[in-house]
Amino acid sequence: MEFKDLFYYPFILGAIYLFGVVIWRFTKWFIGLSKIDKIRVRIGLFSKKTLKSIWESIREGLLHRNVFRNNKLLGYMHMSLAFGWFLLIVVGHFEASSYHGSMFFPFQHSVFFRYYVTDNVDFPGHVFFAYAMEILLFFVLSGVMLAYFKRFRSKAFGMKRTTRMRYGDRIGLTALWLIFPMRFLCETFTAGVYHNGSPIFNNIGDAFASLGNLEPWLNPLWLTYSIVLGVFFVALPYTRYMHIPAEINLIFLRNWGVTLKERRVNTYTLAQVYSCSRCGICIDACQLNLAGIKNSQSVYVLKNIRNKNLTDEVLFNCLICGKCQEACPVGIDVNKLRITQRIETTRQYNSSYDYLKTSEAKKTDIVYFAGCMTHLTPAIKKSMLQILDAAGENYWFMDENKAPCCGRPLMTAGQFDAAQKLIDTNTKMILDSGAKKLLVTCPICYKVFKEDYTLPNVEVVHHSEYILDLVKQGKITLKASDKNVVYHDPCELGRGSGIYDQPRELLSQSVTVKPIAHEREKALCCGGSLSNLKISMDERSVLSAQVMNEFASYNPDYVVTSCPLCKKTFAKTDILPVKDLAEVVVENLTPRS
Amino acid sequence: MNNIVIIGGGIAGVETACTLAESGNRVTIIERTGDIGGKLNRWYCLFPDFKKADEIKKYLKERIAKFDIELKLNSEVDKAERNGDQWYIYTGNVRYTADAVVIATGYELFDATRKEELGYKIYDNVITQGDLEDKFRAGDFKTTFGENPKRVAIVHCVGSRDEKCHNLYCSKVCCVTGVKQAIELSKFLPETQIFCYYMDLRMYDKHFEELYRTAQEHHNIQFIRGRVSEVSQTPDHRLAIKTEDTLSGRPMKMKLDMLVLLAGMDTKKHNKKVSELFDVEREESGFLKSKDFHIGAGILSQKGVFAAGCCISPMSIKETIENARSSAVQINQYLKTL
Repeated sequence: MEFKDLFYYPFILGAIYLFGVVIWRFTKWFIGLSKIDKIRVRIGLFSKKTLKSIWESIREGLLHRNVFRNNKLLGYMHMSLAFGWFLLIVVGHFEASSYHGSMFFPFQHSVFFRYYVTDNVDFPGHVFFAYAMEILLFFVLSGVMLAYFKRFRSKAFGMKRTTRMRYGDRIGLTALWLIFPMRFLCETFTAGVYHNGSPIFNNIGDAFASLGNLEPWLNPLWLTYSIVLGVFFVALPYTRYMHIPAEINLIFLRNWGVTLKERRVNTYTLAQVYSCSRCGICIDACQLNLAGIKNSQSVYVLKNIRNKNLTDEVLFNCLICGKCQEACPVGIDVNKLRITQRIETTRQYNSSYDYLKTSEAKKTDIVYFAGCMTHLTPAIKKSMLQILDAAGENYWFMDENKAPCCGRPLMTAGQFDAAQKLIDTNTKMILDSGAKKLLVTCPICYKVFKEDYTLPNVEVVHHSEYILDLVKQGKITLKASDKNVVYHDPCELGRGSGIYDQPRELLSQSVTVKPIAHEREKALCCGGSLSNLKISMDERSVLSAQVMNEFASYNPDYVVTSCPLCKKTFAKTDILPVKDLAEVVVENLTPRS
Repeated sequence: MNNIVIIGGGIAGVETACTLAESGNRVTIIERTGDIGGKLNRWYCLFPDFKKADEIKKYLKERIAKFDIELKLNSEVDKAERNGDQWYIYTGNVRYTADAVVIATGYELFDATRKEELGYKIYDNVITQGDLEDKFRAGDFKTTFGENPKRVAIVHCVGSRDEKCHNLYCSKVCCVTGVKQAIELSKFLPETQIFCYYMDLRMYDKHFEELYRTAQEHHNIQFIRGRVSEVSQTPDHRLAIKTEDTLSGRPMKMKLDMLVLLAGMDTKKHNKKVSELFDVEREESGFLKSKDFHIGAGILSQKGVFAAGCCISPMSIKETIENARSSAVQINQYLKTL
C-alpha cells in the first residue's frame, strides 16, 4: 500500500476510539441516573428543552459566552479554539463536498483536503474555500498562541492563578498545542510545492521553498499531523479536554431537569465532574486564597473526584458561599456536588437524635422560628419580637424555650439522615400549629425550610420579606433618618435563595444604602460560614477583616446585614458597628398614635 | 536634672512618677480624666484582703503630694516627636520636653457587647464586674424590678482566652475578682444564691486559693465548670442562661435575676494610639512589646520610651506597683547613659 492509504490511520483510529469511549461513558452515566431523572430525560427529549439545549451548546460550548462575560481575553481564547475548530471542520466538509460533487466521501478527505487535492483545484467556490479555510486556521492559531502565553504568563489574563496539571493533561495539552501549528506547516509546505492554496498560503509556501526543496518534507509532515490528531483524540477522555463532549451532555441533562437533589451521589456527579474544563475562573473567585488556602477550590475538588483522590481536608475546607458557582462558566452545581460528596464521608457520624421530643404546638397564624444563630444574637431576636408586637401579629415563638436546629448545618456537613430527624420533628410542630406563615430571621434556616421541608400551605418568609410586607400593609410605619449604611448580602439569602431586593427596599425606608463593589451575586462571604469544618479561626479572621475593611472604605455609619451569623462574624472584627435589619427597623419604628 | 513625661495617671503612672521624683527627676503626668487613680476609682474593695480601694487611692494622693510633680489633668497627648535623645510631647498648645517618656495608659474593660450572645446592653440586669463595683459603692443592688436579686450568676473569661473575639490571652485577675465579688455580694445579700461559671480558676497569687476555698465553704458560692453559651429573657422578663456543666457532662438552663460578666482586660484602643504616637511595637494581643520578657518588661522598642502597668500585660494592683517601681529603676539607669 502507498503512503496516501496509510498516513491517515492514526487520525481515524484515534477518532473511532474517542467516539467509542465518549458514547460508552454517556451511556454509563445515563444508566446510573436515578429513576426519576431517567423519566425527566425521556419527557424532556421531545420537548422545547432539547432545542434550548442545542442553542445553549452553541452559545457555551462553541462561543463560550459565559467565559467572555467573566474575562474577555480568556473568552476569546476558548472561543477561537472551539468555534474556530468547529468551523474548520464544517467549512472543510463543504469544501471537500464541492470538490467531490457529493456530501458523502471518506472523512479523511476533508480533514487532509490539501494533501489529497494538489492539482485540478478548479472546483466550484475553490477561491472562497481556500481563503476561508486559511483565515479560519489563523483564527484558531491566534487562540493557540494565547494559550501558550497564558500557560506561562497567567497574570496577563487578569487571572491570578491557573490550574495545576497532571501527567495525562500534559500529553493532551502538548498534542492540542501541536495540532494547528502542524496543520499550518503541512498546508503551507504543500502550497509551496503545488500552489494549491490561496495566495496567502502559496506565498508563505514560496517563502519556505526559497530555503530548500520542500517535497521530501511533505509526507513526514502530514503523517505527524495525523499522529498528533490521533494522540489528542486518544488522550482526550483521560484529560480535562473530556469537558468538550461532557459539557454538551451536561447542558442537555440539565435542561431536561436532571438534578442532584435526590441527596445522593449518582452518575450525574460524573457528568458534571467531567464537564469541568479547569479554566480556573473558580480559583480567583474563591476568598479562601486570601487566607492562604489554595488546594480546596472547586476545580481541585472536581479533579479529585474524577481521580478518586479526594481527601476530607479538601472536601470540608469550603465555605459553600457559592461564589465559584456563580462564576463557573459551565454552570456546574458545585455546592450540591460538594455537599453530596460529604454524605459518604460522614455517614458514620450521623446521630440518632433519639431524644428529640416535639413540644406542644400553639394554634396560630404565624410561627416564628429564631434558630440557633438568632438565639446567639439576642438583639435580633428582641427586635423581631418588638416588631411583631408593634404590628399586633398573632404569632407563636416556636423555639423560644427549645426546639431542634433547622438542620441546615448538618446537611451542609453531609449528615442528611441526622438532619432529616430534626426536619421531621420541626415539621410536625409547624404543621400542628396550623400556621399559614413560617417566619425566620436567619437565612440558613430560610434556605432549608424553603428547599428541604415539606410544609404544604405554609409560606416560608425571611424577616426582610415579612417586615417589608408589614410596612406595605401599613401595619408598621418607619421614619427616615440621615444614616448611610452598607448592606451585606448573606450567602444563603443572596446567592443561596435569590433575595436581594427586599432587604434593600426595606432599608431604604429609613436609611440610605450605599452601593458597593461586591454586592448582590458578587457579595463576599463574611467568613463565618458553618459549612467549613476545616478552616481555622485565624483564617476566618483574615476573611472577615478583608470584607469589613472594604465596607469601611465607603465610610458608612454602620453595616447592615440580615443574617445573625454574618452579624456575629463581623462584630468580632471590631472594625465597624454591625446591625441586623430588624434592629434598624426597630430604631426607626414610629409609635402608633 | 532630667525631665520625664508620664502618660496616664493611674496606679502605674503615679507610682512611677513618685519613684522617679524621689530620685531627683522633674516629672509631669498627663492624665486623660479629671483625677488620678484610673480604674481604682471605680472599685470598692480589693482582692484578696477586701482592703478598700480608697485606701490605695489615699496612699497615691499622699505620696504624690510629697513631690513637685506637675499633674496635667483632662489632657491627652496629640503629638510626639523625637529629637536625638529628647522627646517633645504636645498636649493642647503646651509642649513638654522629656528625656524619657513612660507609657502608663492601662487597660479598658473588654466591650462585652461584642459577645452579643451574653445579652449585655440588650437585656436588663446583665452587667459587668465594673458595673457591679458601682453597685458596691452605692450599696444598692436592686435590679430593674426594684428588688434585690435572688439568684446571680458570674461568668468568667468574657473576652479573655476567647478565640472567637481574637483575645487569646488570659487577663489573669478576673478569676480572683469573680471570687472576691461573689463573696462580697454574699456579704451584702446573704440570702442570694450565687453561681460562678468558669473554664478553670487561676488562683495564682498568695491568699487567692484560700479565698476560693472560703467562697465555697463559708459563702455557699457554687462554682460550675462550663461556659455560658446563650442568654435570653423569660416571659416574666427574668434572665435565662444556657450552659453546660462540663464536669457532669450535662446541658443546663438556669433562671436568674442578675448576670455579671467578668470582662477581660483590653488594651487595643489606647495602645494602638500610643504605639502610633511613639512608634513602639505592640503584640498581637494589643499589649505593648517589652524588650525582654524576663529582664526588661518596662523597656520598649523605641529609645527613651518606657512603660509601666497593664499596658504591658495584665497585672493586679500589687504587681502594678512593683512593676512601676521596677520601670523607674530601669529609667534611671537609662538616664545615666545620656
